[in-house]
Amino acid sequence: MGYDPNNPMADRISDIGPRYFGDFLPPVIKENKGKWLYHEILEPGVLMHVAESGAKVFTVRCGSPRLLTVTNVRDICDVADKHCDGYVRFTTRNNVEFMVDSQDKIDGLKATLKTYGNQFPIGGTGASISNIVHTQGWVHCHTPATDASGPVKVVMDDLFEYFGSMTLPAHVRIALACCLNMCGAVHASDIAMLGIHRKPPMIDNERITGVCELPLAIAACPLGAVKPDKAEVRGETIKTVKVNAERCMFCGNCYTMCPAMPLADPEGDGIAILVGGKVSNSKSEPKFSKLVVPFLPNNTPRWPEVVEVIRKIVETYAKDARKYERLGEWAERIGWEKFFEKTGLPFTEKSIDDYRLAYNTWRTSTHFKYTTHTDAYTK
Amino acid sequence: MAKHPTPLLDELEKGPWPSFVTALKKQAETKPECWDLLGQLELSYKDRITHWKHGGIVGVFGYGGGVVGRYSDRPDLFPGVEHFHTMRINQPSGMYYTTKHLRAMMDLWEKYGSGVTNMHGSTGDMILLGCRTESLELMFYDMTHQLDQDLGGSGSNLRTPSCCLGESRCEWACYDTQEACYTLTQQYQDELHRPAFPYKFKFKFSGCPNDCVAAIARCDFAVIGTWKDEIRIDQEAVKKYIANDPAFPSNAGAHKGRDWGKFDIQKEVIDLCPTHCMKMDGDKLVIDNAECTRCMHCINVMPRALRPGLEKGATISIGAKAPILEGAQFATLVVPFVKVTKEDDFAGLTEYIEKIWDWWMEVGKNRERVGETMQRVGLPTFLKVMEIEPLPQHVKEPRSNPYIFWREDEVPGGWERDIVEFRKRHAA
Repeated sequence: MGYDPNNPMADRISDIGPRYFGDFLPPVIKENKGKWLYHEILEPGVLMHVAESGAKVFTVRCGSPRLLTVTNVRDICDVADKHCDGYVRFTTRNNVEFMVDSQDKIDGLKATLKTYGNQFPIGGTGASISNIVHTQGWVHCHTPATDASGPVKVVMDDLFEYFGSMTLPAHVRIALACCLNMCGAVHASDIAMLGIHRKPPMIDNERITGVCELPLAIAACPLGAVKPDKAEVRGETIKTVKVNAERCMFCGNCYTMCPAMPLADPEGDGIAILVGGKVSNSKSEPKFSKLVVPFLPNNTPRWPEVVEVIRKIVETYAKDARKYERLGEWAERIGWEKFFEKTGLPFTEKSIDDYRLAYNTWRTSTHFKYTTHTDAYTK
Repeated sequence: MAKHPTPLLDELEKGPWPSFVTALKKQAETKPECWDLLGQLELSYKDRITHWKHGGIVGVFGYGGGVVGRYSDRPDLFPGVEHFHTMRINQPSGMYYTTKHLRAMMDLWEKYGSGVTNMHGSTGDMILLGCRTESLELMFYDMTHQLDQDLGGSGSNLRTPSCCLGESRCEWACYDTQEACYTLTQQYQDELHRPAFPYKFKFKFSGCPNDCVAAIARCDFAVIGTWKDEIRIDQEAVKKYIANDPAFPSNAGAHKGRDWGKFDIQKEVIDLCPTHCMKMDGDKLVIDNAECTRCMHCINVMPRALRPGLEKGATISIGAKAPILEGAQFATLVVPFVKVTKEDDFAGLTEYIEKIWDWWMEVGKNRERVGETMQRVGLPTFLKVMEIEPLPQHVKEPRSNPYIFWREDEVPGGWERDIVEFRKRHAA
C-alpha cells in the first residue's frame, strides 16, 4: 500500500500533529523530569544536570551548520546509538546535544565525536559564542539580500576560539537574517547580520498582469511609495504600479506581495550590522539590536568586511565589559558614543533613526561624553 | 546531473567550523540533485543574487500550509533543483528524538526528497529542503502512515508552536513547557494547517524569564514561566559560594575560562540586582521578595543556592514581531500570572488565545500581526477585548500627554450641547 494518485483521499491521515515528546526522552530525563536541582558547566560544551534523586545527566553540546544532509543526521544517530542509548536532541541555536547518564561515559563519547574531523565541534556553553541562528539565504530563499550559510560559516570560522571557550564577559548571541523579513529574528541579538537591499523595486510590466493583486502590492508599502499606474505592453494599456523611489526604504514587502517587483541586486544588496540586543530578562529588560554599520558588501565567498567588523566588536567588548555584562548592557553603561569610539566603527547619519518613533532615540539631555566625535567643538 | 565546478564555494570548505559545502558534496554522491543545488549556489556566489523564483503555491490536499513552493530560475542549467519545495515537519517539544524516529524520517526523505535538511528552522520545525511537486503527497502519506508524523505551519495560520526544553532538563522551568506546547499544538491542528488568519500567529513557551526560545521577541502569544511566592534560598550553599568552594562555581561555571578573581557576592549578585532587593545580614542572604521582579540574575549566578519559588505559573505577553513592517516589537505584558497546568487542559492559556483570535480575525488587516493591530487600536482597547482591567504593570510609565479618548458616558451630561443656549451666555 501507499499513496494512490488516482484516489488521493483514500485512507488519508491528517491533523495528527507532532509526535509526543514523552516518547523521545532518554530514561534519565524522563525519570527526573520536573525534579532537577541544579546544573554546572563542567568544561566548555559539557553540562552536568543533577536531580533531587541524585541522578545526573551529562550533556556534550556540538555545533552544526544547521544545513545538514541525511548523511549528517545518520552520523549523529550513529554517535547517539553508540553512546546515548539512541537518544539525541537539538537546541534552539541549532546545536546537537548528546546526553549520557554517567560521567565516565563522556570521554568515550568525545573520542567518537573527534573521529568525525571537524563535524562536531564541542562548545557553545556559558560565556561563549554559541552557534549562529540564521535563515536560508541563497541556498533556498526567494527574497534574500545576502546568503546565510556562507556568512555564518566564515564568521564562525573566525570566532571559533570563542565557541570552544568561556572567556567572554557574558554569552554573545549572534544571528543572521538574509532580508528584512527577519525569519532569523535578529532584532534582539548581541550581534546581528541583516541582509538589506538598497535599490528600489523594478516594475516588470510584462509580468505584472495575472501574477500580482495590485491593491495588495500598493497596500504593502508602509510609506505609501507604491501607487497605481498604467503602462503600454505590446500596444495594450495595462494596469500596473509605480514606485516613488525617494520614499522607498527598501524593505521588500512589495516584492513579497508581488513577484513583478524584484529588488535584489548584486551592488545594491549587502549586510548591515546591528548590536546590543538581548532576549533574556536577566538584570536588564530585553533590548532591541541597534544599527551600527549600515552596509557591508556581499563580497563572496568569505565576506571579509563582515568578519572583520564582527571580530572588532567582539574583541572590544571582551576587553572592556564587566563580568555578566551583555554587549548591549556594556554599550549602554559606557554610552553609545563610547561604543563607536572604542570599536573604531565610523558613526554615520544612517545610525540615526528616521522611521517610526525615531524621536525616542534622540538625545534630549545634556548628558553626553566627549569623544573623538566632538573634537571639532572641543579641540 | 553533472558535477559543477564550485571554485567559490570550495573556499567555504576551509576553516574549523563544519562546512555545509562539504556536507552537500558528500551527499551528492548518492543524491545527485545536490550537485545542482551546489551549482546554483555557486552561480549565486558569482552573481551575488538569489536564483530562486518568487514563491509558488504547492501543498498537500486539505492543507493550506506546511509546504513552501520553491522553483529554480535556471532549471536549464540545474534541472535537479527545478522544483525544490520545503516541507516543514512539526518537531517534537524540546527537540528530543530517538534515533529510530530520526533515521526513519531520513530514510523517507532520502527516498522522496533531496536529502537536504535544516535541524531546525527558525520557528522550530524540522525543515526538509528540496521536494518535487509530485513527491509531496508520497512523502506526506508515508510520513503520516508510517511515522505518525504531521507537517507544521506556513502562511497566514498558526505557525508551529515551540518551547524550551523546560522541566525535562532544567531546574528553572516554572511549568511544563513541553506538555503545554504539545497539547495546544494538538488542540489547534485546524488553525495550524488551514490559514484563516490576517497573518501568521506564533505561540512560544519559555519556562522562565531567561526565555531560551525568545518568546518575548518572536511570538504573538508568549507564555513565560514565573512564580509568585519567594525565591527559595539554601543558606548553606550561599556560604559555599561565598567561600569560593570549587563545587559551587559562579554562574554555574559559565565564566570558568577566564580569571575574573574571587567570587564576590556583593559585587556580582547584590549590586547587580535591578531592584536592589537583596542584602547580606551577617552571613545570611536576605531577599525582599515583595520588591523582586524575578529577573533570574541571582538564580543564574548561584543555581545551587537559589531557586524559583514553589507557586509557579506564567506571565502572558502578547504581540512580539520582527520589524516588518511597523518596526520591531517586544511582547507586551497582558496577564501578570496564570496557572499553567494540564489538569485543566491549559484553560488558563486557551481562554486568552481564543479571545484574541475571535477579535483579530475580525479587525486585523491583511498581513497585520496582532502586535500591530494592538498598536493601531491602542492598549486600552485591546485590554477591553481581553476583558482585563488595566494595571500599572501594563505600562513602563504613565502617559506624558493628556490626549485621552474620553468616552461620552464618562462625562456628566454627555456630549450633546446646545450652541444657541451657549451663545446666549457667551457672545462670539
